[in-house]
Amino acid sequence: MARFITKSGSRDQSQDSGAIWMAASSEQKQKSKGGEDNSSDESSEGGQKMAKKGEELKEDMDSLMEEIDSVLEENAEEFVKNYVQRGGE
Amino acid sequence: MAIPTVMGTEIEYGIIVKNDPDFDPISSCVLLVNAYREDPEGRILWDYDQENPLADARGFQVDGEKYTPNQQENIARNKTLINGARYYVDHAHPEYSSPEVTNARDLVIHEKAGERIVEVSRREANVLLPEGATMLLHKNNSDQKGNSYGCHENYLMDRRTSFKRIVESLLPFFATRQIYCGSGKVGSENRNQPCDFQISQRADFFETEVALDTMVKRPIINTRDEPHADREKYRRLHMIVGDSNMSEYTIYLRNGVTAIILSMIEDGAIDRDLSLINPVRAIKEVSHDPSLSREMQLDNGKRMTAIEIQNEFLDMALTYAAKNPLDAVSVDVLDKWQHVMQRLADNPMDLAREIDWVAKKHILDGFIERKGLEWDDARVKMLDLQYHDTRPDKGLYYMLERQGRVERICSDEEINAAAHRPPDDTRAYFRGECLRRYPGEVFGVNWDSISFAVGEEPVRRIMMNEPLKGSRAYVEELLDKSESASELLANMG
Repeated sequence: MARFITKSGSRDQSQDSGAIWMAASSEQKQKSKGGEDNSSDESSEGGQKMAKKGEELKEDMDSLMEEIDSVLEENAEEFVKNYVQRGGE
Repeated sequence: MAIPTVMGTEIEYGIIVKNDPDFDPISSCVLLVNAYREDPEGRILWDYDQENPLADARGFQVDGEKYTPNQQENIARNKTLINGARYYVDHAHPEYSSPEVTNARDLVIHEKAGERIVEVSRREANVLLPEGATMLLHKNNSDQKGNSYGCHENYLMDRRTSFKRIVESLLPFFATRQIYCGSGKVGSENRNQPCDFQISQRADFFETEVALDTMVKRPIINTRDEPHADREKYRRLHMIVGDSNMSEYTIYLRNGVTAIILSMIEDGAIDRDLSLINPVRAIKEVSHDPSLSREMQLDNGKRMTAIEIQNEFLDMALTYAAKNPLDAVSVDVLDKWQHVMQRLADNPMDLAREIDWVAKKHILDGFIERKGLEWDDARVKMLDLQYHDTRPDKGLYYMLERQGRVERICSDEEINAAAHRPPDDTRAYFRGECLRRYPGEVFGVNWDSISFAVGEEPVRRIMMNEPLKGSRAYVEELLDKSESASELLANMG
């Protein structure tokens, strides 16, 4: 069950936007440690991957926001105004 | 040597009835709690004789009147459940007190079972409301208007540990623990500095370091000295400083890390002085700074961030764990704490799967950006409330869970089972099993006692001063050979 961050920042899961971003950034780090002679190719490939991940991140946020729109309480203003609790404990 | 961990939580829920001009929170709570039906079900009193909420851990008794309801009111307001929990009306809130458990994983399972029990009774209660009215419950700690209600953690501690040492060690720990335990909140309350978003639901409400009160002038360390166990051997640390959490992972860390720290205090393993100049100010400053970069002044002249202070505790805990073998859950808690501290230092917003305040802020940041809103927009505040909504189809946390966007600690099967079954390894087993097996003969219950009324005989109270006795291993055989409570009493001699 335990999930560690390794020193390089990799992570054993890749579901959420944060993890996608982390996976992208750790790939970046690993790439930059690789061969130095073709580093410009590497970085442009990395850049494309970053762009792709960025796209995925955006799509993920879009789908999250759609869900939220579908469950958000109607008449938020009135609800928030009427939400009064007595102090407890 | 630290004593074994025994802990539990008491969660007060926010309650409101939509479209009911006559809404009264207390009668709504009574309706809610009584709408929950168990099979079998007895009419059981909560045994107030065993309570003493006015005893202070600093060694004195505070003046005041002890609350003791009459019998009818007592039964109407209190339900002791066959899973060993207490579900009841506390002032103007429904409250779920989990049964005693021995580890953070079981704590998560039982606190989550409480959410489901509350939701089941909400649905039952709704049927009884006037047409168009809807009861809603929120597992949160504030109404955004300056009224707060609690999430109380209880930990059994060795009476020999000096209370002064407990206080000194815990003040800097509790002022900063929220960076991985906070549930997040839009805006500020209680005459604090305005802010868009803060880490903790509760931090705004703490006004003093150490005191007995829980409703006014709230203290970071509560001194209620009501052990619900052998007073000579134990104290119960009653901590009111935490937030009600939705995330299993956050609950796991909240109780799991705190239990490790308390064992370390008992063993004298907190050997660095991290005392803050002003813990009451610090708890609010930490909460109001989601960037986690603010430094606080220590007594020793140093300045440290909340992350640095928590890393000191983590470092001491790792040293402690290297010398003292921990149980499997504590080892896992320590791993996860380490993981979270690393992430907090790198980029806190990467913890949206694990930590409530980050999950909430992730949603709100996205919503505000997409819609072009300000933080004080009613829809933003609505989402804050709705994160804690107990309805599986409306609650935002449950939505995240359904979509696989959060880390789980336990399974739905385990949670559902815990709604009807006590933990095996504490006295909650005996309490719950007696209620299940002998519902008509149990007369009254408290955490450390259970009394039976059998036929015309005088009521007989069995004391349970040892929280780890009354476990399945201790009493299952005795219960199995006792067909009735009278046989049980005879077999107990």
